[in-house]
Amino acid sequence: MATTVTTDTRERVRGKDTGLGLGGPRAGGNGSRRNPGGDDGGDGSRYDGVPQRYRIGMWLAVGSIAMLFTALTSAYVMRAGGSGWDDIQLPGLLWVSTALIVTSSVTIELARRALRRDEYATYRHWLTVSLLLGFGFLAAQVCAWRQLAAQGIYLASNPHSSFFYLLTGLHALHLLGGILGLSFLLWRATRAMRDVSKQTALKRRAAADAVGIYWHFMDGLWVYLFALLFFWR
Amino acid sequence: MAEEVPIPDPHEPAGHGAVHHHSPPTSFIRKYIFSVDHKVIGIQYLLLALVSVFIGMVMSVLMRMNLTWPAHHWPLLAKIFPLGAPEGVMTPEFYLSLVTMHGTMMVFFVLTTAPQGGFGNYFLPIQIGAEDMAFPVLNMLSFWVTFVGLVVLIAAIFVESSAALGATKFVTKYLDGGGTGTVGPIGGWTGYPTLSALGKSAGPGQGAGVTLWITSIAIFCVASLLGALNFITTLLNMRTRGMSLMRMPLTCWSWFTTAILALLSFPVLLAGGILLLLDRHAGTSFFIPGNLVVSDKLVTEHSGGSPILWQHLFWFFGHPEVYIAILPGMGATSHILSTFARKPIFGYRAMVFAMFAIGLLGFFVWGHHMFLSGMSPYSGMAFSVLTLTIGVPSAIKTFNWLGTLWGGRIRFTVPMLFAIGFVSLFVAGGITGLVLGQTSLDLSMHDTYFVLGHFHLVMGVAAIFGMFAGVYFWFPKMFGRMMNDKLGYIHFWPTFIGVYTIFIPMHVMGLVGMPRRYASFAEYTFLNKTHPLVMLVTIAVIITAFTQIIFFFNFFWSLFKGKPAGDNPWEATTLEWATTSPPPFDNFAGKVPTVYRGAYEFAVPDAPEDYVMQTTPDVTVANVPAGVPGQGGGSTGNGHNGHH
Repeated sequence: MATTVTTDTRERVRGKDTGLGLGGPRAGGNGSRRNPGGDDGGDGSRYDGVPQRYRIGMWLAVGSIAMLFTALTSAYVMRAGGSGWDDIQLPGLLWVSTALIVTSSVTIELARRALRRDEYATYRHWLTVSLLLGFGFLAAQVCAWRQLAAQGIYLASNPHSSFFYLLTGLHALHLLGGILGLSFLLWRATRAMRDVSKQTALKRRAAADAVGIYWHFMDGLWVYLFALLFFWR
Repeated sequence: MAEEVPIPDPHEPAGHGAVHHHSPPTSFIRKYIFSVDHKVIGIQYLLLALVSVFIGMVMSVLMRMNLTWPAHHWPLLAKIFPLGAPEGVMTPEFYLSLVTMHGTMMVFFVLTTAPQGGFGNYFLPIQIGAEDMAFPVLNMLSFWVTFVGLVVLIAAIFVESSAALGATKFVTKYLDGGGTGTVGPIGGWTGYPTLSALGKSAGPGQGAGVTLWITSIAIFCVASLLGALNFITTLLNMRTRGMSLMRMPLTCWSWFTTAILALLSFPVLLAGGILLLLDRHAGTSFFIPGNLVVSDKLVTEHSGGSPILWQHLFWFFGHPEVYIAILPGMGATSHILSTFARKPIFGYRAMVFAMFAIGLLGFFVWGHHMFLSGMSPYSGMAFSVLTLTIGVPSAIKTFNWLGTLWGGRIRFTVPMLFAIGFVSLFVAGGITGLVLGQTSLDLSMHDTYFVLGHFHLVMGVAAIFGMFAGVYFWFPKMFGRMMNDKLGYIHFWPTFIGVYTIFIPMHVMGLVGMPRRYASFAEYTFLNKTHPLVMLVTIAVIITAFTQIIFFFNFFWSLFKGKPAGDNPWEATTLEWATTSPPPFDNFAGKVPTVYRGAYEFAVPDAPEDYVMQTTPDVTVANVPAGVPGQGGGSTGNGHNGHH
């Protein structure tokens, strides 16, 4: 019954649109140059838009996090080499964590591809691998901090170590958000895969895309931070 | 509206109505406290701002009292603040903490929350024909995080002003100790290090007050980011059929620009806040230089930091923040001027581009707050030139406002008066921006009352006038009743004259050389001659402050006793007037509005009325309400509800 009403309304709207596309006298002139009443405002945004907004929202979140680290970078650059600056030897373990997070970016991409082909078992498989790699990265970071602390290098020891702990710590904190996102995907993937309607599939893909965007960003951010701490001193 | 049966959304596939169609909640808590409805959240933001503006205003009155009668005994004050005002006379520290809290309250919790979080939340989704924000739960979260930020800031008042609270174990252990007889931190709303980075050893108000202040600001940053993300996504993704970008009301453009500014500038302040907290509590030296002597003691735990770094981070946020405060007011003013001049807005596209130009340039001028920080004269000149460039888009906007008014059949309603007041204040305050933007002049004006007068006019009071215009304009839509006109006029005129009487003399005081942030000028003989002006300003402050009681009364009286408003009392064109007042839970009662034209089609030839609503398909027939396209001549009479 609902379907009947739906079609009916849609036809009424469309019918009137075309009738109007020819345009009555229009004044004011501050509007669009396009046809009045056309579908340019995003036809069907009401439901097609739901998946899309996850991606938009995630890109914006990524943008603001990038600004946070840009600000900290400029602080770093301004402070680097100043008085009291004492280079610390970065733990070699960081290479391991770098390898882990770069690999996880690959596996999460494999997961997304599997989802696009509707291969749910493979999707779950690669999600799990990515999650484990994420935990591995965090573990490596914690070990690196402990190594430094064992050498007597703490947050307040000197400016380079302050920035090291601050940047890696903030990155790890943000990565925890990514791990939450991955866990959410995995939880949904084990629970609700039986629902195979188009709408659910679109939303599922959008959610995976959003987490994917975030995860790749965390990966890129780490590589950037590592390079900054390693080379700029 | 409750009995109306909602028509299914034509674009909602059968069986998936739950995608976004949340049903209205029934319990009190879900409906009014932890609501995900953008309209309720908008009103929550407005109420939060109302509380904050009240606190901030009381503080400004207290400051004026101390400046005018520095030695007078106020018995009531001694009762409330036995530490800060022994025998009723304020200590200088008490005065400085008032300055800090007044600024912080007003800038963050009034000027940033009300125009964007309040009106933006309520009207952005309706004006683009959406049923809610893109992420309703995130929206709720952003309000409640803001609320926590305000609570933390208010906690600073109690912790610092009360000896008992300041000496509790929690405060001394985790917040660096309080109870120093101030009403929060001392440091201004800019919280410059090194003072703010050293902790309680730096003097009264530098312990728990500053810790709580930074925490509050950091929390506020997060809340603003959540809000900004939501605004941008909503605007990009949720516009209804026919609502192309260039058909949006200018209010939507202003909220959009503001959200972009917030998204890019608040993270920078957050970064600064984190560094400052680490300096205070983790022993780092980001902002604290070596060889620093504070309170006759050499600081040995820190060295090598740069207090200028904070200034850069702070003002990289701080200058866009000025536009975050004023842009929504510009949007509302454009919207209201066009509606009551009964003319299309003059130069719609130019208005949009000017707004973006102001936003963009706003990111490259932060250095003009730091001309005296010892920066290179070359960068000083670059910042100066860029600052003066902002005058161009600002002038475009002003000319377009005047062009809109020119030859219009103006209806001098209360919102129209406040919108015209906005233009007036924006020009009066903006002109002196051109003075202060030049390095050579700023050298002598810096940190004087001239600056005080400038920014209060252009970002403080102008933005407040934008809000007043918004309240009087949208009140009928939000609550279904009109505010009282007569009381509105009685509110407008003393306020308008009052704010000029307060802030114009401040420019003169500044030229004479009166410095900012001094608790008393009694010992400065060269300022003796300004005393009549100081007195005049204080009297004007008291009168203007009391005038606001009329507004409060009008607001609450009209909630219950105001004349019923009808759907479109102002005969306006945009989508919020195409639904009921107040709008139903999903804004358009299950219908999807279709937009056929731009936002400001007034005085259209051949139209039966002097305005054509965005939902009207054909200009030659009467206006139709949203979601009922194609009913042509059979208009329901929506929008004819009086007020001619």
